[in-house]
Amino acid sequence: MRPIIKAEHIGKQYQLGTREAAAYSTVREALMGVARAPLRRFRNGRRKDTRFWALRDIDFEINPGEVVGIIGRNGAGKSTLLKILSRITEPTTGRAELYGRVGSLLEVGTGFHPELTGRENIYLNGSILGMRRSEIEAKFDEIVEFAEIEKFIDTPVKRYSSGMYVRLAFAVAAHLEPEILVIDEVLSVGDMAFQKKCLGKMGEVAKRGRTVLFVSHNMGAIARLCQTGMLLEQGRLLFCGSMMETIAKYMQGAASTSAEVSFAPDEKKRLQVLAARLLDHSGQPSTELDRVNPFTVSIDYEARARIEGAHLGIMLDRIDGTPICYSADIDTAPDRIIERQPGTHRATVTFPGGLLNAGVYQIRLGLGSYSGEVYDYHEPFVFQLNDHGTFAASGTGGQQRQGILAIPLQWNTTELS
Amino acid sequence: MLSTGFLTKSTTVSAEHMRPSQLPEKPVVIIEPGRAWVGLSLRDLWAYRELLYFLTWRDVKVRYKQTLLGAAWAIIQPLLTMLIFTLLFGRLAGIKSDGIPYPIFAYAGLLIWTFFSNAVTNSGNSLVGSANLITKIYFPRMIIPGAAVGAGLIDLALAFLVQIGLMIYYGIALSPRILMVPVLVALTTLLAAGVGMWLSALNVKYRDIRYAIPFLIQLWMFASPVIYPESMLQGKLKYVLRLNPLTGIIENFRIALFGHSSFHWESLGISAAITLFILVYSAYSFRRMERTFADIV
Repeated sequence: MRPIIKAEHIGKQYQLGTREAAAYSTVREALMGVARAPLRRFRNGRRKDTRFWALRDIDFEINPGEVVGIIGRNGAGKSTLLKILSRITEPTTGRAELYGRVGSLLEVGTGFHPELTGRENIYLNGSILGMRRSEIEAKFDEIVEFAEIEKFIDTPVKRYSSGMYVRLAFAVAAHLEPEILVIDEVLSVGDMAFQKKCLGKMGEVAKRGRTVLFVSHNMGAIARLCQTGMLLEQGRLLFCGSMMETIAKYMQGAASTSAEVSFAPDEKKRLQVLAARLLDHSGQPSTELDRVNPFTVSIDYEARARIEGAHLGIMLDRIDGTPICYSADIDTAPDRIIERQPGTHRATVTFPGGLLNAGVYQIRLGLGSYSGEVYDYHEPFVFQLNDHGTFAASGTGGQQRQGILAIPLQWNTTELS
Repeated sequence: MLSTGFLTKSTTVSAEHMRPSQLPEKPVVIIEPGRAWVGLSLRDLWAYRELLYFLTWRDVKVRYKQTLLGAAWAIIQPLLTMLIFTLLFGRLAGIKSDGIPYPIFAYAGLLIWTFFSNAVTNSGNSLVGSANLITKIYFPRMIIPGAAVGAGLIDLALAFLVQIGLMIYYGIALSPRILMVPVLVALTTLLAAGVGMWLSALNVKYRDIRYAIPFLIQLWMFASPVIYPESMLQGKLKYVLRLNPLTGIIENFRIALFGHSSFHWESLGISAAITLFILVYSAYSFRRMERTFADIV
């Protein structure tokens, strides 16, 4: 199969301090500025030590229909790469060939104007994203329906709630249909339900054979959407392979995720998580655990009133979103009720070792009630279970064993004849 | 986590949607560092013509929505300026106006001038004002200053209606020469686009331009026959001022409206030639500068 994107030695050099100082305030300074402008240019030309490479020697090929997740720490060059591929900025070195139209979504609502109505912004934003007028007209109803803003379509968007604004902006972008779609961290906005809807829509786009490049810090979303991954570090392409392997490589880059988190007290919450820690079997905070050893999650929370019928729940998922196990503190209480007195509490729960396969997992926490009220919710940890033994790695063909669990089961073989 | 063997079937990535699509033989887009000499990529510009329309439409709409008097501003600005000019220059200074009543003489000049100066000012500041677009999405950048000029045309059309009204009031009959009006307006538009485009690109690099524009515009007005007729000038000065492309445009615009003489083809020719030169030069230098817009805006 011929690749749809072919990139060779892509590099991008930036010059620090290219941005001139803030606007001048007086006419005198302005005139001085004009006089100095050529001088400044001359000086800048000589200062070479302020240059740095945001991207260096990036080579890759992407096949049509592939959904590629690009991960890496902040400043690794992810956004720069997307900007080069979407022609916003030019590379300093290298060359890329794209065998299809590119649509890019680096920000939700680019070009939205607060004074214009929802309807007007759909047309404006659509055409900025590269849609033809006829295309926008054909998809108009679908966009409005997707954004769930039918009633407010003729209201200026400055009167929209931030949720509505984001929904409308994303709805327009989601109906973009180029052969190659480039998406930066845009799903971090909007509420959970809408995020899910967007992910669904993007999954659909991918299924229709479109090539998607997707940058995100949301490992769960990226693992669900992408098959192929690219890991960038300090401007270089460190790894390229299956998404799960890429995430695992990223996680090995230590300190990439924290094993201890704390949250600022919020008096409005009646029940709130203050801190959470992920501890290995020796009690040390860590996000890199050995799969054969048990690990513990410790949660500090505060009750600001006497609350009955509440529970502290924990969810363990595989990074691609597959739920593995749910547990709640009331499981251990004999009458399934823990009376929570005002004050701070610490709850710990231990997961057994030797059960889960090696891989990347996620912990989610919630304080809620059976009547459906949610007091507090967090997704504090993404962590890795490593395999230091040989069991999990002894799958067919010498590869890692398949499956969520890696349990040494007892086999019995008897001679029948 | 993929592995070979019979157990892996269910977990391998479903290859069903990976059907080979029909890829074009040649790349649709080639990305590489800019060469020293860049083309104008007019085809790209043509492909995005709808965006030019939408951005123009946005500029017009937003301006009228945010202002109290809305479209009336398009008329108030040249009309009030005309009244002041009539008082100062027509009455007090007694400037001759080629036998045409000074108010409509000045208004005709102000029509072209107001359009031109607003277009150049808006267009010159347009790129810096659209930093969020430039850093987030690709499209031919020329569209931004272009749309800013386009939006001014609506104002010009409104102000032109007042011109017709004034001419009826002063009892001046229209002649077939009025057919030249669209040509002259088109020439002004191209000139404004050329100057505006160039200033907007420089403005990205040197924010000083923002302050230089009002100053430049003010000087340019005195160098154009807005207040006075070209016929007032004598000797060398006349030839120097003819190098200002607006001179030929405004003079001939008045002739097209009032029909008081035959067209000055020579000055019109000079205007057209200089406009074309400015436009082509600006377009090329814009293309050269636009490569770094996203990095420095």
